[in-house]
Amino acid sequence: MSTSTSSGAKDQVARLLTLVPYLHAHGQVRLDDAARALGIEPDQLLGDLKVLLMCGLPGGYPDDLIDVDLDALEGPEADGVIRVSNADYLARPLKLTPTEATAIIVALRALRSSASEQTREVVDRALAKLEAAAAGGSAAPRIDPGEESPERLDQARLEDDLQDAVGRRRQVRLTYFVPSRDEQSERTVDPRGVVTAHGFRYLDAWCHLAEAPRLFRLDRIRAATVLDQPIETAPEGPRDLSDGLFTRASDTMPVTLALDPEARWIVEYYPVEAVRRRRGGRLEVDLLIADERWLQRLLLRLAPHARVISPPELQVRFLEQARTTLSLYA
Amino acid sequence: MVVQKSERLLNLLIMLLVQRHYVSKDRIRSILYPDSSTDAFEKMFERDKEELRSLGVPIEVGNMDAYFDDEPGYRIRPDQLALPDVQLTADEAAVIGLATRVWEHARLAEATTEAVRKLTALGIPTDVTALEIAQPRLSADEPSFDVFWEAVQERTPVEFEYRRSGAASSRTRHLEPWGVVRYSGRWYVVGFDTDRGEERVFRLSRVQGVARKNGRPGSYDVPPGTDVRATTVRLAPAPTTTRVTVLVREGSGLALRRDAEEIQPGVDGPDDLTAWDRVVISRGGGVGDELLGYAADVYVEEPAHVREELVRRLTAALERTA
Repeated sequence: MSTSTSSGAKDQVARLLTLVPYLHAHGQVRLDDAARALGIEPDQLLGDLKVLLMCGLPGGYPDDLIDVDLDALEGPEADGVIRVSNADYLARPLKLTPTEATAIIVALRALRSSASEQTREVVDRALAKLEAAAAGGSAAPRIDPGEESPERLDQARLEDDLQDAVGRRRQVRLTYFVPSRDEQSERTVDPRGVVTAHGFRYLDAWCHLAEAPRLFRLDRIRAATVLDQPIETAPEGPRDLSDGLFTRASDTMPVTLALDPEARWIVEYYPVEAVRRRRGGRLEVDLLIADERWLQRLLLRLAPHARVISPPELQVRFLEQARTTLSLYA
Repeated sequence: MVVQKSERLLNLLIMLLVQRHYVSKDRIRSILYPDSSTDAFEKMFERDKEELRSLGVPIEVGNMDAYFDDEPGYRIRPDQLALPDVQLTADEAAVIGLATRVWEHARLAEATTEAVRKLTALGIPTDVTALEIAQPRLSADEPSFDVFWEAVQERTPVEFEYRRSGAASSRTRHLEPWGVVRYSGRWYVVGFDTDRGEERVFRLSRVQGVARKNGRPGSYDVPPGTDVRATTVRLAPAPTTTRVTVLVREGSGLALRRDAEEIQPGVDGPDDLTAWDRVVISRGGGVGDELLGYAADVYVEEPAHVREELVRRLTAALERTA
């Protein structure tokens, strides 16, 4: 038997306290089915069962121990079915911890706000039972997920549609708006999946207009129609964006900005490569940009609290834009 | 043979669970820790109890004999340990299953999944077909979210650096958090500000760095009848809207046109490079930022204070680098 660390032991006990009630309720279950249902690997489940075998009533007699039929799981006679007996006192699952109770109740309240009238009634029944089961042990009444705004709900429905298209490998027709170019376009894409980066959700797809993979921010998709047409490119999973949006250095340009305290917030909103503190609460920030128009728009929005240190020609173009705009009011 | 720790923990749980009376420390030691010195036993036993408690196992301490104040005994009451009997129908089990996909927050997603596992351990069939629901997502990217969540559960005071809207620097604040509320897509914490002696609301995204717990759990009470949402709505800055009339170059300003209350095409503009349209929109705060972003494609007619803001900010940008 392998030795386990302290938190490993605690986790194992937690798994066992879920496993026994599961087996008790389901009768004879195959090892791999049980492992799937409990979200663990079959090997780990087998290890857990071997620990269970060593536990039981404190009398010290063989009859006091929990019985696990290991021959059915290992060796030539194995049929892969778990048989556990003598563990009736562990047959009920553990109470929900306060964090578990709060997390699930708050999640259900969020679901409630996006459900149809009919489904809302189902959610309410489930909530009432959970709140009774938590019996004051949760802080859920004091954590309020709020009502979903209509925009968020539209986006949730859009995401469901896109996921459905990914699953069925159907093409999608998009109307997409690009604020930095102030441009709206129609395009047909082969959807690959919906991913999160920097707090926004994106559709990753092969774009037939660009003839390249592209990311589309969900809140900028003005319309999406799932077509009957199957996708034309080889099915592929979405990109992993955990390291940021830009993976190919050739697409991007390094830029250094000087920010006044009033413009410091952009560091929390956009991916930055490096931040250096300067006197008076100012910052010097390095970032990679993919589109100069995006940067120019950002500088204008922040005016007069941000300027470009390098490359200098970007600062020159920013000042040109500011001068032209100001001349409208002359 | 070396007894595995998880084995010892589970045996301790079973021992305290199946006895009808408190079990003495001596008996626990002789059965589960037979080869340990007194010191080693005390340490291991303390740690084991703590680990079981952190899993949600309620270990009670009591006196063995009601008439003598002798050494303490331990027990676990079955009704305190187990989940109450929750009878879920198939459709209820299905919505509970959907709950696992709501949180976009690793720890809470895991806690929800664990809760669902416990609730469905009793073998409830699920039926998703009847549900009409758009999958919502709750994200909580604010670095301080976890601390406030825990503080609300435990009723622990919190200390944090907070930067008010428009302020350049942050200040240290002390709060007894009552609740965490999402309002207009943003998370707020509401509670009693011990520096000001008043109830206050703070936007989590304006908390600088990570908040710190600063006190003992249970050290204050939430005033009875507190409605955390109503308090947040009352105290959070109300969104004010301004009606703005702008001239927009033909073919540009798509987002402005989409939200327009009124569009008059083909009007006289500040230059003749293109045709201009008059567009009327309503906006909350930050309209100046938004309109500046369009550079020379948008000209503000009214109100005067928005026009002046744009002129002032552009002038300042040009002067600073001059």
